[in-house]
Amino acid sequence: MASIVADGLTIEFPLYHVAARSLKKRLLAKAALRVRTDESNRVVVAALRDLNFTIGRGERVALVGSNGAGKTTLLRTLAGIYEPVGGELTVKGEIGSLIDPGAGMDPDSTGRENIRLRGLYRGMDDAGIAALEADAATFSGLGEFLDVPTRGYSAGMSIRLAFAMATAMSPQILLMDEWFMAGDADFMGKAEERLASLVKGADIMVIATHDFGIVRRWCTRAIRLNAGRIVADGPVEEVLGAMEAGTPLPAPEPAKAEG
Amino acid sequence: MQTLALPTYHADASNPRRAARAMADLAAGLSSWRLAWALARLDLRNRYRGSVIGPFWVTLSTAIMVVGLGLLYSTLLKQDLTVFLPHLAVSLIVWNTIANLVPEATNCLVSAEGVIRQLPLPLTTHALRCVFRNIFSAAHNLPLIVVVFLTIGRVPGVEGFLAIPGLLLLGLNAFAACIFLGMICARFRDIGQIVTNIMQLAFFMTPVIWRVELLGENAWRLYFNPFYPLLETIRGPLVDGGVSVGVWVAALGYSALLCGVAAAFFIRFRSRVAFWV
Repeated sequence: MASIVADGLTIEFPLYHVAARSLKKRLLAKAALRVRTDESNRVVVAALRDLNFTIGRGERVALVGSNGAGKTTLLRTLAGIYEPVGGELTVKGEIGSLIDPGAGMDPDSTGRENIRLRGLYRGMDDAGIAALEADAATFSGLGEFLDVPTRGYSAGMSIRLAFAMATAMSPQILLMDEWFMAGDADFMGKAEERLASLVKGADIMVIATHDFGIVRRWCTRAIRLNAGRIVADGPVEEVLGAMEAGTPLPAPEPAKAEG
Repeated sequence: MQTLALPTYHADASNPRRAARAMADLAAGLSSWRLAWALARLDLRNRYRGSVIGPFWVTLSTAIMVVGLGLLYSTLLKQDLTVFLPHLAVSLIVWNTIANLVPEATNCLVSAEGVIRQLPLPLTTHALRCVFRNIFSAAHNLPLIVVVFLTIGRVPGVEGFLAIPGLLLLGLNAFAACIFLGMICARFRDIGQIVTNIMQLAFFMTPVIWRVELLGENAWRLYFNPFYPLLETIRGPLVDGGVSVGVWVAALGYSALLCGVAAAFFIRFRSRVAFWV
């Protein structure tokens, strides 16, 4: 059964280009809450700190919180891009991520070539790639533009193609960033239908978003992140209600000073 | 569906199993070689987009180099042109391949930043892409070797096939160099500049233009130059009718060293690359 279990999950970003001592001191003095020096005297930003949660089959989880709270970092960690610095993470099930639609697109290649390339990125065989091509070609509705290099596409056309390619899958665990809510109104109706079926087909969905409307409509559970920590975790109404009522956050604990 | 084992991703910071994960990365990268192949072909196509003769510019510029340097240095070094020209053609082509690959290797992970931070791909794929790209590019020089041999009328015998193991060894070293230089240059951005300088010096220190015999009894010192045995394993069979065992021992030794260092680096720091680029 698909599941995600995080136990003490921690991610720290090293800041390599603040070598100058004075700059380092200033940074540390200003933002002592999340920036600290580690044992080898590097400046690190605590992106995710000691997260514990279990997501089981059927759950639709929204990650909410202000900018820089760690939502996208958590998504990327779940996708296997960042490996945890501390703690443990177990993700059971086939992962499909809609994090950055444009990743791996080649602007000099035509739409069709980009679809095939995406198939290779996903490790598909020839039959799979042919199916992906047919599906994405129909859904994007780009017609003859499919054989034009994507460099010449309008912003809307690029999004159509990216969306069509990205959503042509049926993963057990769906990871989404909120990018896909951008797009022209005409396309959104079609896009929503497709997203709905994708979400329905997935055992688990995790979405990072600022839009409470989306959270209320799609999700069953919300995890609120602040400064890399989980500050609330529970049913959507409970978490969002507290956010809207403006419940003050517990004062963030300062980072351990080791340096 | 429930009876099937689910693909499981497990990461535990207190038990990172680095060697096993590095092997898994390598296996996944090599088995999806078609992706690296397609990306390398795209790179080459995009590099010469709009150009009339495209990648054959490589051939043309090498041809001009071989003719120009051949005429000049055969006179300067008082060499017989029919002996010197095949030597120069093979040396220059192999050297240009190395000299093009090394700077690209220093950049192979940094330039894939957008993909590394968005898609969980094996790092091996990015290194392999760089190797394939350089193989494709170098392959455009092959006709040149044939033309030189036929014009001079000194076609190597069967022993010419002994260059194949040398080429394979060069490919292996190219891959190890991409992993090692790609990683170290992602972390320390100055290394790329240092490497460029070393390669310039190495061109003059390696018998590319000049022939080993000119060193006289000091020729043994060439064994301290790792580029020499690598070059010689390919050039020897094609031009001089074979290579000594010593050259092969040195070539294998240096290759083992490079692969060992690259493997150690890869195992230890592979998971950090996403934070470095």
